[in-house]
Amino acid sequence: MEKYGLLINYDYCTGCHTCEIACQQEHDYPVGKNGIKLTEYTYENHTKLCIDNLPFPTELCDLCLNRHQQGELPACVKHCQAQCMSFGQLSELVKQMEIQSRTVLYSPK
Amino acid sequence: MRTKDVDIFRTVTWSAGAGCHGNCGQKLYVKDNEVIKVEGDEDHPWNQGRSCPRVLALKQYMYHPDRITKPLKRIGKRGEGKFEEITWEEAFDTCEDRLREIKEKHGAESVIFAQGTGRDIGGPISFLAYSYGSPNWCQLGLSGQSCYTPRLGAMKATVGDFIVADCSQFLEKRYEDPEYEVPKVIMVWGNNPITTCPDGFFGHWIVDCMKRGSKIISVDPRHTWMTTRASYHLQLRPGTDGALALGMLNVIINENIYDKDFVEKWTYGFDELRERVKSYTPAKVAEITEVPEQMIVEAAKFFACNSPAAVQWGVAVDMCPEATTVAQAITHLSCITGNIDIPGGQVIARPSHGVTTYPYTSEELRGLYGDDVVKLMNEKRIGCDTYPMVKGFRGWAQPDMAIEQIATGKPYPIKGAWIQTANILGGQAARAKYHYDALKKLDFIAVVDLFHNPTTMALADIVLPAATFAEKDSFRSWWTPLSIIKKRVQVGECKSDWEINFELAKRFNPEGLKQWDTVIDLINSRLSVAGTNFDEMEQKGGWEMAPKGSTRPYRRHERGLLRPDGKAGFFTETGKIELWSKAYEGWEIDPLPYFKEPPQSPVTTPELFKKYPLILITGARSNLFFHSEHRMVPWLREKAKDPIVEINPETAVKYNIYDGEWIHIENDLGKVKRKAQLTPKVKPGHIQTLHGWWLPELNGPEPDLFGLWDYQINKLVPGPQGSDSGFGGGQYKTTLVTLSKIKEGGV
Repeated sequence: MEKYGLLINYDYCTGCHTCEIACQQEHDYPVGKNGIKLTEYTYENHTKLCIDNLPFPTELCDLCLNRHQQGELPACVKHCQAQCMSFGQLSELVKQMEIQSRTVLYSPK
Repeated sequence: MRTKDVDIFRTVTWSAGAGCHGNCGQKLYVKDNEVIKVEGDEDHPWNQGRSCPRVLALKQYMYHPDRITKPLKRIGKRGEGKFEEITWEEAFDTCEDRLREIKEKHGAESVIFAQGTGRDIGGPISFLAYSYGSPNWCQLGLSGQSCYTPRLGAMKATVGDFIVADCSQFLEKRYEDPEYEVPKVIMVWGNNPITTCPDGFFGHWIVDCMKRGSKIISVDPRHTWMTTRASYHLQLRPGTDGALALGMLNVIINENIYDKDFVEKWTYGFDELRERVKSYTPAKVAEITEVPEQMIVEAAKFFACNSPAAVQWGVAVDMCPEATTVAQAITHLSCITGNIDIPGGQVIARPSHGVTTYPYTSEELRGLYGDDVVKLMNEKRIGCDTYPMVKGFRGWAQPDMAIEQIATGKPYPIKGAWIQTANILGGQAARAKYHYDALKKLDFIAVVDLFHNPTTMALADIVLPAATFAEKDSFRSWWTPLSIIKKRVQVGECKSDWEINFELAKRFNPEGLKQWDTVIDLINSRLSVAGTNFDEMEQKGGWEMAPKGSTRPYRRHERGLLRPDGKAGFFTETGKIELWSKAYEGWEIDPLPYFKEPPQSPVTTPELFKKYPLILITGARSNLFFHSEHRMVPWLREKAKDPIVEINPETAVKYNIYDGEWIHIENDLGKVKRKAQLTPKVKPGHIQTLHGWWLPELNGPEPDLFGLWDYQINKLVPGPQGSDSGFGGGQYKTTLVTLSKIKEGGV
């Protein structure tokens, strides 16, 4: 069976926390539990300060199986304010990755 | 739509709950009169399915165990935290009796009507204040009314209208509309749009435009996600924005890269402006702002040579000294580069369809509220004698003068306060302790809010429970689109601000308001300008973009759509954009922009700077909290548990402070606790911390007030600085402080 995953274009992740709350609402997770966790990275490259954000799907990420069965996007992907998250078949997401730099591909399940 | 036993209602947000200035399309999933889930509405052009953390946490806000769901009256001493639940009838009767008593003894002007921001507050609170008869309505505590009003005044005085960055928000098809063009450059000035939806603007539209090719010029003393993506990051010293804008005007004019045709045809006073900016050379401006000279020149050229160019700005502009002149200079940048009302530029923004949520004109005010109120607004409104611009632009009382008057009783006493959507003490109040002492003495205070907070706890005699956007009928015409909000559920006995104020207003002004029996009647009469009504709007899905005409772009000045006389031109005295402002002249302030140093700064107060060598920046926005709201919502608070202060590692070494340590920020006004976060995001010499911190988990009754005096950062922000216009210059971003370690045992 074709596997599904999440592609994150972290060049555009603004760190708004929407994915985290979307996940907690969708699964009714209490504080402390979450299917996705955001980290901010502040560092210097050769010339200037850089700030990047990256969400990471935890072991609790089920890629919103229930939503998928109803033809809906995972809660985090749908609500992402920067629209920097994609959901799809891994083979398709890899193709997207080849043309888009600063991306990570997750295969959580 | 209904699935199984769940109803799905499309709606539009506007605070409370979402914590914002609203207009997002959201879907409420309702089961047995309870909101069980919120989803972004993918068919709404505003957010196109997206949501923010606050609206997705709505159910934890709506059904929070601490939410106030019945009217309360104070039964102990003020501040003791002893309240008793009462009926709405008793609550309304008490408010009516106590307010009438003050009016009879001292006059209606002796009650101040204080709002914060958020919710659909402007309509309901002015409706009540004027029905009661008081001209004194303001954002009490917000020094200089430093939130959008200074910018609005500058735009009105210059362009004759308001202008906003064009991110296609006036068009149904948005970015796909063939009429639309993406800005080549967006100058983001004193605003972090990714954390907020300010002034009727969805912050992430900037990100949408970046993906479609817009380049960014960022004017911000800090490093943020946005500044790291900018082509030019102008990292200026806080409060020197005015000098920077004048320096950029200098470059654009001297290099002859302004839009000569536009300037010739559509502007007034260009030669005077050219003369004025001469002395603001890039070298001089570099010295003032700490932005390298070369970068000022290059950024100015980049802005001028890449039309269409837009400007997205924020309250940092309003918080500059003489903000009305700073905002004027920034407005000039858009004007002389010909970026007005073109696709992807600064488009003229008027309330959608011409619908105003509350009346502005004296004629309409007289009809509704009688001659006396209009007379009082011109004669007794606090600040209108001192500042012609306060008298002439908008209906606000001047907040710094208002609190002085409450404290001193001069020139006439203030005896009561109606506080709605404002946690004054825990939020916007500069010199918060002074506000506390002054307000504490009033005879009667009613507070309308959703949760107890330091303000309800310290001051309220009566607390009235307000509704979230899911629980109210309302409407919205702030730029675009025209929207209605329909009540979907009831929580406890909470009422909307409109319902509360409608009931009381009718008691004070039965004759003037007899044309309306219900809030919906009132909404319908305001919507009638657009040839529609509440039910019809609901049938259409709750929103509608303005039809072609005066409230829809583009190039309306060429088409005679801006002026009442139907002639081409702008809605100003000369019919042109007034770079030399006749309106400012009329308000007895300099018609041309100039720069003034902040009242506290290394330049203005070198002695104070030796004692307090750090510049404190407060008032940044958060994705998780709306001002002083949301600290009790578990999902949100989890992501930002403690009040932190950003400190550059170099600064931290000087003060021997380590990452994660609890420390004090202090100056002559007191000290405030924060957890140190060492980060290069702030420059050495600057520190940054969020305002609005109080801890709902601590004790409410005095003396604790939820930790107010430990965590209220605006306690350190001084009061008025005497601006020329009466607007702007709250020192929220330019106060001088130092850091100290917390000694063993706390305090």
